[in-house]
Amino acid sequence: MADLDRGDIEQILNLTESFAEVGERSIPKVPALRGKTIAWLFYEDSTRTRLSFETAAKRLSADTMNFSVSSSSVKKGESLRDTVETIAAMGIDGIVVRHSAAGAPHRVANWVDASVINAGDGWHQHPTQSLLDLYTAREHFDDLDGKHIAIVGDIRHSRVARSNVVGFATMGAKVTLVAPPTLLPASLEGWPVEVCHNFDEIIEDLDMCYLLRMQLERQRDSLVPTLREFHNEFGLTVARADRLGPGALIMHPGPMNRGVEIAGEVAERPNAVITQQVSNGVAVRMAVLFLLLGSGLDIVDDQRAVA
Amino acid sequence: MSLVLTNGTVVDQSGPRQLDIEINDQGVVASLGTGLRGDVELDVAGLVVAPGFVDLHTHLREPGNEEAETIETATRGAALGGFTAVVAMPNTTPAVDSPAVVQQVRDLARGALCEVAVAAAITVDRAGQTLAPMAELVRHGVRLFTDDGRGVQDDKVMRTALEYSTGLNHLGANGGPIVAQHCDLESLSAGGVMHEGAWSSVLGMPGQSAEAEELMIMRDIALVRLTGARMHFQHVSAAGSVAMISAAKEAGLDITAEATPHHFTLTDAECASFDSVYRVHPPLRTDADVAAVKQGLADGTIDAIATDHAPHTNHEKDRAFGDAPPGMLGLETAFALAVTELGLPIDKILALLSWQPAAIAGLADRHGGPIAAGRPANLVVVDPGESWTISRQAMASRSTNTPYDGRSVTGRVRHTILNGEIVVRDTLAQR
Repeated sequence: MADLDRGDIEQILNLTESFAEVGERSIPKVPALRGKTIAWLFYEDSTRTRLSFETAAKRLSADTMNFSVSSSSVKKGESLRDTVETIAAMGIDGIVVRHSAAGAPHRVANWVDASVINAGDGWHQHPTQSLLDLYTAREHFDDLDGKHIAIVGDIRHSRVARSNVVGFATMGAKVTLVAPPTLLPASLEGWPVEVCHNFDEIIEDLDMCYLLRMQLERQRDSLVPTLREFHNEFGLTVARADRLGPGALIMHPGPMNRGVEIAGEVAERPNAVITQQVSNGVAVRMAVLFLLLGSGLDIVDDQRAVA
Repeated sequence: MSLVLTNGTVVDQSGPRQLDIEINDQGVVASLGTGLRGDVELDVAGLVVAPGFVDLHTHLREPGNEEAETIETATRGAALGGFTAVVAMPNTTPAVDSPAVVQQVRDLARGALCEVAVAAAITVDRAGQTLAPMAELVRHGVRLFTDDGRGVQDDKVMRTALEYSTGLNHLGANGGPIVAQHCDLESLSAGGVMHEGAWSSVLGMPGQSAEAEELMIMRDIALVRLTGARMHFQHVSAAGSVAMISAAKEAGLDITAEATPHHFTLTDAECASFDSVYRVHPPLRTDADVAAVKQGLADGTIDAIATDHAPHTNHEKDRAFGDAPPGMLGLETAFALAVTELGLPIDKILALLSWQPAAIAGLADRHGGPIAAGRPANLVVVDPGESWTISRQAMASRSTNTPYDGRSVTGRVRHTILNGEIVVRDTLAQR
């Protein structure tokens, strides 16, 4: 995300808008990527991102192939390079990579000529998630200039947070991270954010409340004493949701832990746009695939990766 | 046949002087003087002749991972780097935790291009639980004990190792054992793949805090105070570590320390490339840590430059940063990086690479000088002012995991002489 300036992001979102229109047609398909082959290389379990990319590729008439890798194949001994060179040898145009280690897509991009799209790498980045969140925000706000957005919960282990801090700040928003110190990165030097440990103090000022999935395994690391305590201190409870101003949005990248970071009932409120995020994900990924594999608009410096 | 090095500047612990060096056919320095003649003469005018370098920290990878490196290729690289002796780390497969494996490494090193001293593990299989047979190992000539790659985590085991070592001084021909530690508190650092700080936070990589190193150094200093043992701290990388070692030395504790070229040359900012060549353990740290390590080398807090030469095959390194094994090559670039990066006078750099580590390794009877009649001719001839470009292709190592390919540096090893044999001549290995 850091490679995209505000103009780049706006162009991607404009293109997304035209692809969103495709999704509303009775036959939601265009021939934009006919003849192109895209491989999925998912080293980490993913349901929604994977399906979202797959739907996007099909709507663009691309051929897709799935290279199924369990996370254990790393331990079985094949190097990442051997795997991607094998896929590249089959003659593909794009590789969509999801990996549990930060930077894996960057390494892949150095080894193959195909376009590489980061579908989430470790705790590092998840750029298409950020783009779809920005697109969803744009449907509700004229712009994000001066809007106050809180990103709440497990920031430390979140690639979504790292992408959205950059994305939201680039679009002019004021970003506050709300989390206990144990769920913040070790250093926030240079981050365009403020930090708050008291959710109640800022809740009324927010234009958007972006909740992160609390990774339950973190609880086993004892980074928070109990999930109940986390919910009480940092969850979007009914009481907190009631204090949100009119027009304030609630977003969540999914999958949700209802009752942990978000009260079950709150996720159903009209200002919770969580399913819109999912729908928009398809259109955003159509735009990204098209930009990298299609006509090749001169929009990003490095055309081979949106990372 | 006698060999005479003519017209060079001899530099050892007794200072610089213009002398020829005559080496007899036993590989021993026969005389120093002017206008000496020999059967073979090597003109070293304008160059510095010094005692050969001694590396306290080399991973030879043999036995166990000969695809990454062998004793033959590693010692050739060592000779090219000016080393006449290296201390082999015990984290091979099997681990060096018994006299049998010590002997195996020695046998494999027969005829190698530098002497291989063997360090043994502190604990059986480096598992941190049961002490290796230290007395037996000392009787077999082992000087340094380390579980390198890991630190000894358990306080009681470490205390026992240090305490036990103090009773073994009468066994070693070379002054008794020294327990050395790779300081890393795993309860804090486990899972980490780079220095914990601003860069790890941005890059989303699990961090290893400087405190994970510092806390173990703090504990071990306390245990040295308790037991009166001698101790050596390996690859010190954090500013806090340097400060604690300095204070402990001032308090009179019998400790020494080493630092690697990469910890005084590179920072964690390099990890932003996600190139796994920069994954090392301990990790590359901040500018402030690099400055502290340099200062420690300059003021004597750190006694030796040690390479932590750690070869890995391409297929081991061709993974995501955090999935690749830690370690980089070091033998063939150490001298040039020291000259280029440290800004120290040449005699100081030679002390850090030669006589100080030779003393720690227990090799001072034959390595590290002084250069005098009757001593084995283990020498290096360097040009401190020569500028050159490091080339991965030109290296002897079986592996290529160096981040310095293409880097312009100053200071070059021209010749290396092992027991009177010219093993490197004009930067080329002779066998």
